Amino acid sequence: MSKYETVIGLEVHVELSTKTKIFCSCPTDFGSAPNTNVCPICLGMPGTLPVLNRKAVEYAIKAALALNCHVPSYAKFDRKNYFYPDLPKAYQISQYDLPLAVHGYLEIECDGVKRRIGINRVHLEEDAGKLVHSEFGDYSLADYNRGGVPLIEIVTEPDLRSPAEAKAFLEKLKSIMLYTGVSDVKMEEGSLRCDANISLRPVGADYFGVRTEIKNMNSFRAVQRGLEYEEQRHLEILSAGGELVQETRRWDEDKGVTYAMRSKEEAEDYRYFPDPDLVPVIVDEAWVEEIRKSLPEMPEERRQRYMAEWGLSSYDAEVITASKAMADFFEAVMADYHDAKTAANWMMGEIAKHLNAAGIEINESRLTPAHLLELLKLVDEGTISGTIAKTVFAEVFESGKMPAEIVREKGLVQITDEGAIAAIVDQVIKDNPKPVADYREGKAKAIGFLVGQVMKLSRGKANPELANRLLRERLDSQLD
Amino acid sequence: MLAHLTVAELAEKLQKKEVSAREAALAALEQIEALDRKIKAYITVTADEALAAADAVDARRSKGEKLGPLAGVPMALKDNLCTKGVPTTCASKLLENFIPPYDATVVERLRQAGAVMLGKTNLDEFAMGSSTENSAFFTTRNPWDTARVPGGSSGGSAAAVAADEAYFALGTDTGGSIRQPAAFCGVVGLKPTYGRVSRFGAVAFASSLDQIGPMTKDVRDCALVLNVIAGLDERDSTSADVEVSDYTAFLEEDIRRMKLGIPKEYFAAGVNSEVKAAVRKAIDLLVSLGAEAEEISLPHTEYGIPVYYLIAPAEASSNLARFDGVRYGFRAEADNLLDMYRKTRSQGLGSEVKRRIMLGTYALSSGYYDAYYLKAQKVRTLIKNDFDRAFAKYDVLVTPTTPTVAFQVGSVSDLLTMYLNDILTIGANLAGLPAVSVPCGFAGGLPVGLQFIGKPFAEGTILRAAYAYEQNSGLRKSKPPIAAGGERHE
Ligand SMILES: [Zn+2]
Repeated sequence: MSKYETVIGLEVHVELSTKTKIFCSCPTDFGSAPNTNVCPICLGMPGTLPVLNRKAVEYAIKAALALNCHVPSYAKFDRKNYFYPDLPKAYQISQYDLPLAVHGYLEIECDGVKRRIGINRVHLEEDAGKLVHSEFGDYSLADYNRGGVPLIEIVTEPDLRSPAEAKAFLEKLKSIMLYTGVSDVKMEEGSLRCDANISLRPVGADYFGVRTEIKNMNSFRAVQRGLEYEEQRHLEILSAGGELVQETRRWDEDKGVTYAMRSKEEAEDYRYFPDPDLVPVIVDEAWVEEIRKSLPEMPEERRQRYMAEWGLSSYDAEVITASKAMADFFEAVMADYHDAKTAANWMMGEIAKHLNAAGIEINESRLTPAHLLELLKLVDEGTISGTIAKTVFAEVFESGKMPAEIVREKGLVQITDEGAIAAIVDQVIKDNPKPVADYREGKAKAIGFLVGQVMKLSRGKANPELANRLLRERLDSQLD
Repeated sequence: MLAHLTVAELAEKLQKKEVSAREAALAALEQIEALDRKIKAYITVTADEALAAADAVDARRSKGEKLGPLAGVPMALKDNLCTKGVPTTCASKLLENFIPPYDATVVERLRQAGAVMLGKTNLDEFAMGSSTENSAFFTTRNPWDTARVPGGSSGGSAAAVAADEAYFALGTDTGGSIRQPAAFCGVVGLKPTYGRVSRFGAVAFASSLDQIGPMTKDVRDCALVLNVIAGLDERDSTSADVEVSDYTAFLEEDIRRMKLGIPKEYFAAGVNSEVKAAVRKAIDLLVSLGAEAEEISLPHTEYGIPVYYLIAPAEASSNLARFDGVRYGFRAEADNLLDMYRKTRSQGLGSEVKRRIMLGTYALSSGYYDAYYLKAQKVRTLIKNDFDRAFAKYDVLVTPTTPTVAFQVGSVSDLLTMYLNDILTIGANLAGLPAVSVPCGFAGGLPVGLQFIGKPFAEGTILRAAYAYEQNSGLRKSKPPIAAGGERHE
């Protein structure tokens, strides 16, 4: 890649999680039976008219402000005309030349390098329905439940320089969207969709190369893979002295390749014009300020606060604040807890491990801050050991039961009785003459093995500090 | 004969229980039965529903319940206004079997006011035309001369009212579609200010121009119906949040010192001299009643037709794209999607509709948008400015409604000549102004229309001028001979 520089721009569609659709009062619920969340308006029946959902505008502005955009006082809706059975009116109500928001940016970090990626515009539009094609291609069924769900389209400047940066941008964008609460950002449910433009140019050039647009990338990983494939394809063509064609290409996830869909010449003419059924959107400054004030603390601000307030390391603070749900969870725990480092270790350790294994977000799990709080207190009070705590946590995660209840049911209460532990210690000394001898010869490390044996014999219930002290007392005294 | 009554007259008799709603509906249905084979005003007659609705009104009245202002008054609705459970065809093969599951807001309000629907009236397909000759089903005939057109596109509604086949009707007006047929058929037709009446449920032709309005036997009825249908509707974002006055209250005031502007461009060549003479005579009468008339100029008038024939088709090309055979209406048999679109629209739509869709598609195409659509919008603003300047000085503008009287069916084969029919009415649509046409005499035995154009939301003022004229012209309720059989109930 030394000769060429990669230039990438993204068009990201994010479904807003308003309760009702953008131009009618149908619910936006995902997963309802086909064509149940519909009405004459979102079915585009003759004579019906759209009425703008103010909440959708508010959410879009909120998202735009979180992306550091400027919100002009005047915006309008336009019709994007094209025929397709998932589009009941044969036009999509969108925004053409006067979008809701412009000129924003998002800071990303990729491979330790921080970069600011420009946002060209954020506009509001309606989603289309969904077609389900028969296996044999002999018919298609249309489901209009999704038709009219509010979407924002976020268009970046061509500021991204690698597929990895594109992925980092999407992850950051997802985090920001979740922070603002305007979308649940689930790519698998289609609430975040991404098309990408990519071109290559000689390093240092001030012009753009011929670009291709890639569609149908259905996960962040697919975006990265699709762009990597396309980057390589461009490179090979350019290196061989060939010429690229400006076209739209489709990513095939299974085969890991892109296919040409249509050339620039075949591109549709959408015949945009202002929608005469809707009045212009006048956004007064006071409203924008009100929305700005309602914005939650963004990840970067939170990170700073965690460092200042709780003394977390920059790294720990970053990991925890990357997801709003994780950060909210953490703060709920900290409202009642003193040791941020211990809580953070749990978040990044056991909790993250279990969530990753289950492939879910913390707010989708059974885990609540109360669970972790109780578990931490059981450890702090010496009722259970750290080791036992991990076992208990696994069950909490699985069942949603309270830790104390699990400890009680399974008899996992830590042995803190000196006499009981002393008996086990004596047994261990008796059973392990070699390590005992090693210790006495000055191999201090042997004590670790012996403590482990005490824990093992007590099935993890012995208080480790007590076991340690009693072992040393006995071994040291017999030494004398 | 009951069917001759105006809305106001009938409503009073109903209230006094001199006649029942059933009798009123039966009288209209009998008139339809007797005349509509010749007139062909209706696409659908809902006789059973009408009688049931009338009976329900009678039952409520006998119980002494409080009833709406139009309780028991039978009406006709242009067939591009959605009616729940009743076919709404837009006179198109494509929607021949379309039954909306909802009422248009105006229909809802009229039903609430107690009006009884007799049926749905003929129009030029999707309201595109000036004669009803573009109806996919049949051409409506002018009750004054059945060899002639009733005008259009609301020709069915105009003919129904003129022939006493309805006590009143609703039409829609995009470039003159209420006023031109009202003039041709000798009835009163009002196009309200854009935004005065909700468009929800009116199948859109050109959304920035369309308005629904009353077509009635006299000016008072026009005010009565407007009282019911006007007002803000949360289902139409372009409906205006402007208070609705009782429009009948304006009628009683005189027109002394009312300033009338007479735009000279509306009397230019191309306007029939007998029509001009009738209108001049009407203006003289208004002046004799104390109004002050002065000739004025609306210099951009000549651009009205080209501007209209860019903007209206552009919007129509988008509005009518939804008729693709996927969800409702006619669908042609086809092998694949593209084929289905092509065949459905080729077979389902008439030639005038196709012509306008093509015109509009062209005007919006990239590379042509600036030269056509955008430029038309700019000229539209100039036309609007002409009116604004005029209304800075004058209360009402007075003009002929149409350049000619009703023409023979099939006689206008040249499209431009047909389009010129709208030249005097289009300005009010482009500028969003209220305008009303009232009968002002005859030319060659055929009705001539007098148009009053007002300031935005000044429906009361133009109705007052129209009423003053009507009361003093002696022309009120002139009947076409075909409908004049039987005794007059006066
Ligand atoms: Zn809906």
